[in-house]
Amino acid sequence: MSTYKVNLKINNLPVSVDEGTTILDAAKQLNFKIPTLCHHDDLCVAGNCRVCVVEQVGNRLLPAACATPVSEGMEILTNSMKVRQARKHVIELLLSEHNAECTICYKNGNCELQELSNEYRTGNKLFLDVKKLRAADISSPSIEKDDTKCIRCQRCVRTCTQLQAVSALTVAHKGKDMKISTFLDKPMHDVVCTNCGQCINRCPTAALVERNYIDQVFDAIYDPKKFVVVQTAPATRVAISEEFGMGPNRSTGKMVAALRRLGFDKVLDTDFTADLTIMEEGTELLTRLKEALVDGKEVALPMMTSCSPGWIKFQEHIFPDMLDNLSTCKSPQQMFGPLAKTYYAEKINKNPADMVVVSIMPCTAKKYEADRPEMRGSGYKDVDFVLTTREMGMMIKQAGIDFGKLEDEKYDSILGESTGAAVIFGATGGVMEAALRTAYEIVTGREVPFANLNIKPVRGMEGIKEAAVKIKDVKPEWSFLEGVELKVAIAHGLANAKELMNRIKDGTANYHFIEVMACPSGCIGGGGQPIPTNMEIRKKRAAAIYEEDEKMVLRKSHENPEVAEIYKSFLHKPLGHRSHDLLHTHYYPKKRY
Amino acid sequence: MENKIKKVDLIFEKIDYVEILDRTFKRTQDEIILDIIDSGLRGRGGAGFPTGLKWKFAKNEESDQKYVICNADEGEPGTFKDREILTQVPEKVLAGMAICGKATGANEGYIYLRGEYNFLLPSLYKVIEEFHARLKELNFDFTIRIKSGSGAYVCGEETALMESMEGKRGEPRNKPPFPTTAGYLGKPTSINNVETLVFALMIAKEGPSQFKEMGTFDSRGSKVFSVSGDTPKAGIYELELGMSLEDFVNEFGDGDTKAVQIGGASGYCVARKHFKETVIGFEGIPTGGSMMLFNSTRSMYNILTDYLEFFEEESCGQCSPCRVGCQQLLKGIEAVKKGIKPPAYLDDLQKLSETMKLASKCGLGQSAPNPFNSIINNFREEIIY
Repeated sequence: MSTYKVNLKINNLPVSVDEGTTILDAAKQLNFKIPTLCHHDDLCVAGNCRVCVVEQVGNRLLPAACATPVSEGMEILTNSMKVRQARKHVIELLLSEHNAECTICYKNGNCELQELSNEYRTGNKLFLDVKKLRAADISSPSIEKDDTKCIRCQRCVRTCTQLQAVSALTVAHKGKDMKISTFLDKPMHDVVCTNCGQCINRCPTAALVERNYIDQVFDAIYDPKKFVVVQTAPATRVAISEEFGMGPNRSTGKMVAALRRLGFDKVLDTDFTADLTIMEEGTELLTRLKEALVDGKEVALPMMTSCSPGWIKFQEHIFPDMLDNLSTCKSPQQMFGPLAKTYYAEKINKNPADMVVVSIMPCTAKKYEADRPEMRGSGYKDVDFVLTTREMGMMIKQAGIDFGKLEDEKYDSILGESTGAAVIFGATGGVMEAALRTAYEIVTGREVPFANLNIKPVRGMEGIKEAAVKIKDVKPEWSFLEGVELKVAIAHGLANAKELMNRIKDGTANYHFIEVMACPSGCIGGGGQPIPTNMEIRKKRAAAIYEEDEKMVLRKSHENPEVAEIYKSFLHKPLGHRSHDLLHTHYYPKKRY
Repeated sequence: MENKIKKVDLIFEKIDYVEILDRTFKRTQDEIILDIIDSGLRGRGGAGFPTGLKWKFAKNEESDQKYVICNADEGEPGTFKDREILTQVPEKVLAGMAICGKATGANEGYIYLRGEYNFLLPSLYKVIEEFHARLKELNFDFTIRIKSGSGAYVCGEETALMESMEGKRGEPRNKPPFPTTAGYLGKPTSINNVETLVFALMIAKEGPSQFKEMGTFDSRGSKVFSVSGDTPKAGIYELELGMSLEDFVNEFGDGDTKAVQIGGASGYCVARKHFKETVIGFEGIPTGGSMMLFNSTRSMYNILTDYLEFFEEESCGQCSPCRVGCQQLLKGIEAVKKGIKPPAYLDDLQKLSETMKLASKCGLGQSAPNPFNSIINNFREEIIY
């Protein structure tokens, strides 16, 4: 489609922009910042906070810059007397509704409303207090919902419906009673919410935040009787730097150093169990294919990844008839927990009852996952506390550690060794790429036929990706796969996942293996990652992840020596008896509201 | 006293609509639209957008599907004329919709009926069935359906109405795009008030000149008024537009009229001292029909409180100036009355009402401050003391 240029003036300066551009974006080109609250780059236009209103010469009304496309000859003023008055009023109105307890607020310092009220120096309270106090909803182990902080911008609602197709959050009532609610105003824990936390990432205030467990973790660290180990997910290491104003950057070594200084007894890596996941899940896939192709058994295909607990809960609610398609593998976090409290406890001669397993995750759904009753394979709660990347950042700040100046350190051994295949779990397509690197090699004895092991077709930010790999010249024991074209698909963000599921259900698409991550862009865009988020930030995190992979000596999961060792001395073989007890799980249908 | 009020009988006149439709369907779209433009007909729901232009915009859109909507979500307090029209002459409304369909190229029409008017459904369904039969005889493809509202005032706003029709929460959309470009289900839609559609039929019947001769330059034709309050003659009247409020009060007042609220809760309150110079029409104070008379026994503070309570409930709640602004205006006058805030706080609130008018997303928030400003300006002392 050809685009026309539209000429207009903003604050008397001429500018020419593509047809369809909003006044907001046109002003950006001239370096005029128009404040926004309900606007978010990832979401559709709402135009409901009205803080971005501007004056249009000849228009009686003040249009919203975020919602109004430019037109030829338009003259816009972004800072006229009328605009300033309206903007201040809007901020004051929002404040009159807001439970402004900034000094004790969880989002103090990272709140868009606070920033604006600061910028406009809304000192004297012009309007009467109309806030409605109500206890926060802390029913969910992942997400706290505090309506008293809500400014009704509906970013969360748009996130939940548009990006995630979950629609747990919705608008209820009208007028002064209008609020963001759930089905029949039920507690967050009792509704279809997947705990993905994408709403948290886009909430401008503290109306939606993670349940934080910082104090519990510090208490465990300070308790001399407890042996506290920490595991870190792949995506945390490229984003924690953002908490210290350093942008998305590879900072694995600094992160390890910081965690050690926080007082964790051992700093270990979820990447180790990511490699292990590939061994288990890869074997599971090959087993299912064999059962289908050789034994003629009815097996559930395509097999679907199970690393993302938001995706798992989504599937349990929305597609309960397809739970058999999910890999039975626990997520890397939940493989780590029981191994730490059995295999590892034995190795280091600790009583698992005295051990505390903490994980640092880019994710809020992992908090829920750790609480699932199935996740007690070790006989104890496998993972005791789950912290987000943001909470880790807060702990580091509280402990007075100057993150930027830390020297790189290495993970402890064992359960600290990993490969490049594990780290790419953090980006959409990463699990697929890691699985293909290993499965292809197991079956053919050769490396995947992609330059430098980089399987480009499964990478990138496209919502649904498809790829096919032709399997040729297989080893004799895999002869049934000779000539098979392995078809795979990848979806990230639950709206894309739903679309993909529907295609599979109605038979318009056919695959062997599917990777789904609940969050847009995969774990790097997880609900526990630093705020703000947008496509540009997520692309940088992804680039850092792939760079991390390329810098690793080992880049295939089956080459991880610690993985080989654990199979030799403890698990014996993938899908073996011990694996079954510790590393695999079940799923349960849930109600659809 | 000389009676200057001119009563008219166009809307409720029983006519042979089939003959008019037969004639109109044989004309071109442009001919029909030009007549409507020429007549000067403006929307009778309150906003007064030129009807012919609206139809022209819808007609000029290229689309595989277009719609006509009859806005029968008569929710403005003090307005009850559409109910009467739909009771007495529903077939004329349907005929108006069919003409709009012909003019704009739409073959589907919807009546969005106020939830409280559901008692009209059985009779409307009967009339629609009969009407469809007539259209079939005329060999004209046009189908009319009814969608019921659920009681939200904001759904009378055209885009919120369409959201509601689509099964979504009734929240106004951003404009542009306007409904004539992207309306119901994203298709070009011309949405008109019940009364407007009947006038369109009458203009098709008589040609534009009869209509044009009535009223003033800015306010052509007649209009159905809903008269209520302190009046011995409460009811529905079709009157020529452009009369002065003084003439109106002389006709309908009880001899002690202190103020008239023109245009319902979202309209303006005019005090006795301004009756003479106030024209009822688009050049003066427009109305969707509601005329509420108040005599000297009424407290303007109570009246304003009522209106503001209405708005703080009936705002859809999505945009901040309207949702919070309505609450602040109400809480504000209560605080001034109780002495919690000084009288000068009313000036701050009037500035706020300016922001609401300029920055709200839809007509509801833009007009909610009207009663506030006009009552404060005319009866400030009644609010304070």
